[in-house]
Amino acid sequence: MASDAPRYSSKDAVVCRGVGKTWAAGTKRAHEALRDIDLDVTPGEFVVLLGPSGCGKSTLLYLIAGLEDATEGEIWSFRDRVEAPSPERSLIFQETSLFPWLTVWENVSFGLSIRGAGKAERRSVAEDALQRVGLRAAMEKRPDELSGGMRQRVAVARALAMRPKVLLMDEPFAALDVQTRARMQDFLLDVWRDSGASVLFVTHHIDEAVALADRVVVFTSRPGRVKTIVPIDMERPRNLFSREAEALRMQLTDLLRDEVDRAFVEQEALFATA
Amino acid sequence: MAVVTAPGFSGAAPATEAPRRAALAYLFASMTGDGWLLKVLWSCLSIGLFAGLWEMCWWFGWADAKLLPPPHIFLGSIADQGKFFNTATRWQVGQAMNSGPSAFESVMVTISATTMRVFAGLSIATCLGIGIGVLIRYNGLFDKLVLPMVTLLSPVSPIAWLPVAIFLFGIGNAPAIFMVVVALFFHMVLATVTQIDGVSPNFLNVARTMGASKRQIYGRVILPAILPGMLAVLRMNLFGAWMVVLVAESTGVGYGMGQVIMLARNTFNPSLVFFTIAVIGLLGFSFDWLLRQIQRRILYWLPDAKEKLRGL
Repeated sequence: MASDAPRYSSKDAVVCRGVGKTWAAGTKRAHEALRDIDLDVTPGEFVVLLGPSGCGKSTLLYLIAGLEDATEGEIWSFRDRVEAPSPERSLIFQETSLFPWLTVWENVSFGLSIRGAGKAERRSVAEDALQRVGLRAAMEKRPDELSGGMRQRVAVARALAMRPKVLLMDEPFAALDVQTRARMQDFLLDVWRDSGASVLFVTHHIDEAVALADRVVVFTSRPGRVKTIVPIDMERPRNLFSREAEALRMQLTDLLRDEVDRAFVEQEALFATA
Repeated sequence: MAVVTAPGFSGAAPATEAPRRAALAYLFASMTGDGWLLKVLWSCLSIGLFAGLWEMCWWFGWADAKLLPPPHIFLGSIADQGKFFNTATRWQVGQAMNSGPSAFESVMVTISATTMRVFAGLSIATCLGIGIGVLIRYNGLFDKLVLPMVTLLSPVSPIAWLPVAIFLFGIGNAPAIFMVVVALFFHMVLATVTQIDGVSPNFLNVARTMGASKRQIYGRVILPAILPGMLAVLRMNLFGAWMVVLVAESTGVGYGMGQVIMLARNTFNPSLVFFTIAVIGLLGFSFDWLLRQIQRRILYWLPDAKEKLRGL
């Protein structure tokens, strides 16, 4: 965009300025999901978005991905204004989003086939990406033959195959059991370190935020605003039972509690009037 | 099996035993669990149960053989009934009653004529229905122009189209095929639109973030995603096609199974009615079986649907 010179540092992976989103704007059902979000994410940074359910943190992810348009403010990624989806910003969903009619490797190389890459190239890229998530042996399997954790790893491999600069993850481990989730977090940190991509990770689990984040962005309840940003400068691999981690958990719990309470009151009021 | 054995040479016994044992094992395996032979046996039992009840009613005198002839009567007179089939050639001027194809040939000619109409109508309706349905969701203007009209025509009974079919195509194959198409097409369009609307938004979002164009998303995500639902719709419509083709044929559109039913009605021949019903049932059943096999081939990724009800 030559005519539209970037007004913000072109080095930042994601820049949000005054971003707001109102669903069904201009209608009776209009409701505000996000208000006045300012957020900078540097390249290679791991940012966790933490907030009560329904606070609009997933909405922010969709806006950054370019799947939805912000109704207020603007979003930039590196040099470009975000206006449409791009392979540079891969989104990973909570539910499995693998195509059941394709094999694992065909799923992983789907993005390349969209670009018209040949089979040999697609296979080698898929092999490489699956190697990085430790599932090279499952190349020829079908998604329904894999466990939930393996499927999410394939989804991560599919995102990695596009060599994204930003990985957007929408509660990707929410459907997994506690043990699998802990393994997946370690795995994700490895992948993140290898790839050098920035990660924006949405969760409502405080433990997950403490385990993963460089910075935790705490959201208010609806409409979602940035309540506060908590940096975490613990060494990795982190001891999640240390006093430091415990203090962080308590701090985040306190920050969230008010918002969860407020969300409860609001939701009850909503039903009372309806 | 030609195994030459010297007298007193007992070593040959296992050689003949082994294949026999394998065959027995195969037979046994096909009878357990989901084996095909067991399924066939259950199907036969299902039919037998119905036929048995009917025969019982006849035996006790509750069912008048002149009105409700039981299976052994209407199936026993197949050779007799066969001469009523293939009415088209027999009714031609200059055809002697005893000339022309044999009874069996007549039945086959009639069956294949009706089957061909069902198949042609179903194929045309499927291609057109899915094509128009996809186009409706693909193009907003097309949607606005076409969907209301399709919805308006969808509840119209195929019977109402019958005069139109005759006005346009006279008699023969064309009006019967037209009837099948018109009976299925509108539902197929609406079913396609519903299926497209039901595609998981995650699938679409994944494709969009990968940079897929609208055409690519329709071709490589939406089409495979709606395929299972569309095949289920197709199966339902297969039965619909068999019903409509009979209506078309029986109301003077031409010859075929429907014509035979009509002939049976006019000549008060209940045996012929039930014989034709049995043939149609068998044909519909075979078609459905074939479609299920195709379904299983194409939809290799779907788990067995009955599995989830197991244990209830």
